[in-house]
Formats: sequence, structure tokens, C-alpha cells
Amino acid sequence: MPKETLLELENLHTHFLTDNGEIPAVNGVSLSLHKGEIVGIVGESGCGKSVTSLSVMQLVPNPPGKIVSGNIHFKDENIVKASQKRMKQIRGNEIGMIFQEPMTSLNPLFTIGNQIIEAIRFHRKISKKEAKQESIDLLKLVGIPRADEVIDEYPHQLSGGMRQRVMIAMSVSCDPDILIADEPTTALDVTIQAQILDIMRDLNQERETAILLITHDLGVVAELCERVIVMYAGQVVEEGNVREILKDPQHPYTKGLIRSLPKLHGDEQTLYSIPGTVPNPGLKKTGCQFAPRCEFAFDRCFNEEPELYNLGDKRTSRCFLYDKKEGDAAEHAESTLGS
Amino acid sequence: MFAYTMRRLLMLIPVLVGMTLITFSIVHLIPGNPAQVILGETATESAIQDLEESMGLNEPYPIQYGVYVTDLLQGDLGTSLRSKAEISTEILPRLAATFELTFFAMLFAVFIGVNAGIISAWKQNSWFDFLAMFFALVGVSMPIFWLALMEQWAFAQELGWLPAYGRENSRDPIEPITYFYVLDSFFHMDFSRMIQVLKHLILPSIALGTIPMAIIARMTRSSMLEVMNSDYIRTVRAKGSGQFLVIYKHALKNAIIPVLTVIGLQTGVLLGGAILTETIFSWPGIGRYVYEAINYRDYPVIQSGILVIAFLFVMINLIVDLLYSYIDPRIKY
Repeated sequence: MPKETLLELENLHTHFLTDNGEIPAVNGVSLSLHKGEIVGIVGESGCGKSVTSLSVMQLVPNPPGKIVSGNIHFKDENIVKASQKRMKQIRGNEIGMIFQEPMTSLNPLFTIGNQIIEAIRFHRKISKKEAKQESIDLLKLVGIPRADEVIDEYPHQLSGGMRQRVMIAMSVSCDPDILIADEPTTALDVTIQAQILDIMRDLNQERETAILLITHDLGVVAELCERVIVMYAGQVVEEGNVREILKDPQHPYTKGLIRSLPKLHGDEQTLYSIPGTVPNPGLKKTGCQFAPRCEFAFDRCFNEEPELYNLGDKRTSRCFLYDKKEGDAAEHAESTLGS
Repeated sequence: MFAYTMRRLLMLIPVLVGMTLITFSIVHLIPGNPAQVILGETATESAIQDLEESMGLNEPYPIQYGVYVTDLLQGDLGTSLRSKAEISTEILPRLAATFELTFFAMLFAVFIGVNAGIISAWKQNSWFDFLAMFFALVGVSMPIFWLALMEQWAFAQELGWLPAYGRENSRDPIEPITYFYVLDSFFHMDFSRMIQVLKHLILPSIALGTIPMAIIARMTRSSMLEVMNSDYIRTVRAKGSGQFLVIYKHALKNAIIPVLTVIGLQTGVLLGGAILTETIFSWPGIGRYVYEAINYRDYPVIQSGILVIAFLFVMINLIVDLLYSYIDPRIKY
């Protein structure tokens, strides 16, 4: 049953204007997020996943960043050209966002209460007292003990995990339709990670908040998401159901990513790693962006840019191996992967 | 906060002791016999002995210092050699004059400096930014006496808008209560005089405030630029805050701390070192008082003047330190 589409990016291009020319950090990303869904975006550092999420909020630092082309449909509205006034209404109210660094994401000079109450009162006309009560309830919701004391404390008095809970409480204070979480657990240790993920799952189930989870951790994606989008060099390279992608990755990059995960019951001596590094986004290159690091690459990969091929069952992959014309190569890849 | 305040106050004690030791030593560091220096080369032996007797210069140093500090604690700053008057009564109106001028100079400097810095950072690389930073550069580089003379020439002599010197119309002096003439004229309910007093304040305030203003503007700008790129500012934006609140609430409170240091230091400098400006504008302040004392080798006045200026400097730094901990809850020494 197709659910209502909340957010849809269409061929989004966000570029950074630097002294060394224009760098396409996000290079034609299309994706969609439906009501109540949790979608993961994974990729290495610098693949453009954070910039994609900041673009949605129009929070890309400008200058030097700029959305050059593409559309961002939020509900029935194209917000790529929305006024600052409209964006102010959307941010925090209809789309909430949490960030990677809980240690620095809260203003050190204001109390927790002040910062949450402010978030509430930006969007709703309620008294400070009501907002404070609501803030305490929110803190309890995200599992903060002694919430009525914490509300008067300053960020430096809390641990990283607590601060991230505060960030979550703050970002969902106006019950947004979408929560964008930009590496919410990266800076936290593993037990705290699990707790934060639980909170987000609960929010998703109880409030039907759609979550766009940006991470480089496939474990986090497996834990939380239904659908995953793999990004490489500013492009979507593969998309599909989490379980299917983890079990049977199609794009060589995703294959490499999954192969480089340590296995619980493996007997490898050394961990696999994808050869080479993420290309410098400043260098313009023809052909597939992944080709230089790809073990299946053939001539065409260096000359033409692959499109996202539809593999059926809502799966796509940006690789010539799935071009119907390249049937032999795909078979070749299939057999290599089996080994 | 209370513990911090107490600790900070306790730290004052060694500073104050050190200060009095230095000012006490001034008289004794003069080469040769202080009484001889004070009275000049032609003084007779008996006159020198009399002065030594009256100043207690024959006593051992620790006793002399003890007497000096005891006198200070009772508000006795000694007697001027030149006017034979109590320094404490002589210094008060001059202190008030300097305070009043410094207050208005810093008001001008902080208001314009901080706002220019904020807007420059907000609209980085805009024409406003370039213009403001150009004027800030001119401001810090400009010789103050030249600016003061140009002001007098333009606004007093050529345009005749503002008085060129003094605190008030000398033909119609105010009856002092607090020696802060703006306050005094207010207490007398004499508003036309208040306007007169304020008019007298404008030119020297601008002359005195220009360098601090330029420094504050540059400092605010760089501090704001740093803060504006921080994660918590992005968070505030993500909450849906308007730009004004982002800047004047969240960014400014973080950016103001280094600026406060500069404001404190500059205020201290103005309180003690406005000799040039006070001379050009015939402002009867403490800078000129000490300057005249130096001309007449009035050592007790020099001694007390330095002590008072140093004391004010210490007090301003105390206030700045207390403000830090008020603004930033993390500051606990």
C-alpha cells in the first residue's frame, strides 16, 4: 500500500563555490520519504549525505554552498525556492533535525530548558509556563532522569548521550512530520547508541514521525531502517529494502561496503577494504564515479556515466552491470561475487 | 557564583598590597633625598630636615609604609605640596569629570563598535563590512590629538555647533552635588543646563571613544564570525529561529566574552590615560591633574593619582571577571 509521500528530492544539485572552482557535493540526488517511514542514507565521509540533509532544511552554509538545481517537494510544496519566512515555519516545526555532535550542538550559555522552550515557542503561541511543562514531559519521553532538574541545567553538566537526548527532545518538540538525523549516534559509545536508536524507533512508532537517518554505520541502518539509500561521490548508487541490500547487494560499491564489515563467525585474517579513496569532489571525471576503485569496471565505465537502473521490487543500482545490454558482464560479476 | 565572587575578591588583596608597595616606593626611588628633590636644589639644610620630619622620612621603611597604608585606609591620600590642600578633596571632582567623560566615550564606543562588528560579521564581505572595517582601521591608526583638533576646528570653530572645551559654560558654573555634571543638572532640575553639559561632552567623548570603538568593532566582528560557524548556531537555525534572534541572542552572548575583555581594558586605559584629550579639551580630569603634578614635581599628588588610577583599573577588571562568570556558567576559576 503506497503511503503518502512526505519528502521528495528530484535531481538535487548542491555545489560549493571555492577558490578551486565549483565543487558538486550533491550531484543529482533523487530520493523520497513516505509518511511514518525510516529511511537510511549511508556512504563514506564526504559522499554528500550530510549536505543532502542540510539542503532540505536550506541550512547549507551560504556562501560557499548553494542549491544549484533540482526540486525538494515537501508535502505539496516545492520548498527549494521557498522564502526564508516559510523555511522558518518548516524548520523545527514540520521538519526537525538532530546533528552529529551532541557536545557542540547545544548553546553552552543557555539552560536546557531555555533552549527547548524557545524551540516550542518559535512555532506555538503558548505561555512560558506551559512550554516548560511540555519540555519536562519531552525530556522524560526521551528517557532523561530527573527531568525537572535537568531543565535548569546547562549543557556542560550533561554527558554526550544526555545531550543527544536533549537534542532529540528539542527537535521533536513541535511534533514534526519528518525528523532528519545526521549521524545521531556517531559520537556516542555503543550502549548509548542503542538507547538513542530505541528512542528514535519509539518516536517513529508512537508519533508516526518519518525519519531520514544519515549514517555511515550499516549496523545502525540494519537496526532501524526499512529502506536504505547508498550514496557515493554525491550520487545515489543503490536503493532498496534494507534486508535485501544487506543480503544481496547489487552495486559493486555496496558489495565492497558490506564485505568490509567484520563478521562475527568469520575466519578472515585481514578485513577487506575497498581499494583507493573517495574521489576528490573537485576533480571532474567522466564515466562512473566509482570506476577507478571498482573491481568489475570495464571500458564503458570510464567513458559513460551510468544511470540508476531499475532492478524491480523498488530496487535500483547505478551500474552498467544491470544495463540489459551488458548481460555478459553481469553474469561475470555474479560469478566473481560468489567466490 | 557566590564562591567564585568571594574567591575573586580575596584575590584582590595581594594586588592591592602590591599596588600600595609600588606607589609607596615611588617617593623613595627618587635618586637622592626625597626632601631635597621636593624642595629643589636651593633648599636649606634646616628646611630639608623640617620636611623630612613632617613627612616621617626619618622613620624606618616598614613603619613609614604602615603609616602610609593606615592613612590610605582612612581615605587620607596626603597633602598636595603645591596647593597645600588635601589630595582626597582635590581629586574627587577631577575623578568625577574623568568618569563622566569615560562613561560617555565608552557608551559611544561600545554601542557603535559592537553593532558595527555584528553587522559586519552578519553581512560578511558586503559593502557595509568593507566600509566599517575601513573606518575601524582608520580609527585605530588615527592620532587622537589630531582627531581632537580636527573636531574642534570643524564643529566648534567653523560650524559653531558645539563648545570647543571645558565641562560647562565657565561664566555660569554649576553648583556641584556629585560632581557628575549631567547628574547634578538633573538633580537641580535644570534641563537647559543639562543639554549644555551634554553638548560639552560630545566632542571629547568622540575623540576619546574612537580608538576603543575601532578595536571593539574589529574584535566583535572576528569573534562573531567564529561563533556563527559553530554547531549550536546551526541548531538554533534548525529550530526555526529568525536571523535576528540567532545573532543577537545566541551568537552575541557567546561572542561577547572576548569583547568584554577589550571593553574592560579600554575603559581602564581611558580612566587613567586620557591626558592628551583632557588637555586639548581643557577637561579638568584626573589625567590632567597628574600631568600638572608631574610638571610641578608634586610627588604626593603623583603618588596618589597613580594609586587611584591603578585602583580603578583593578576594579574594572574585577567587574569584567564577574561579568564573565555571569555570562558563561562554565567559568569557575
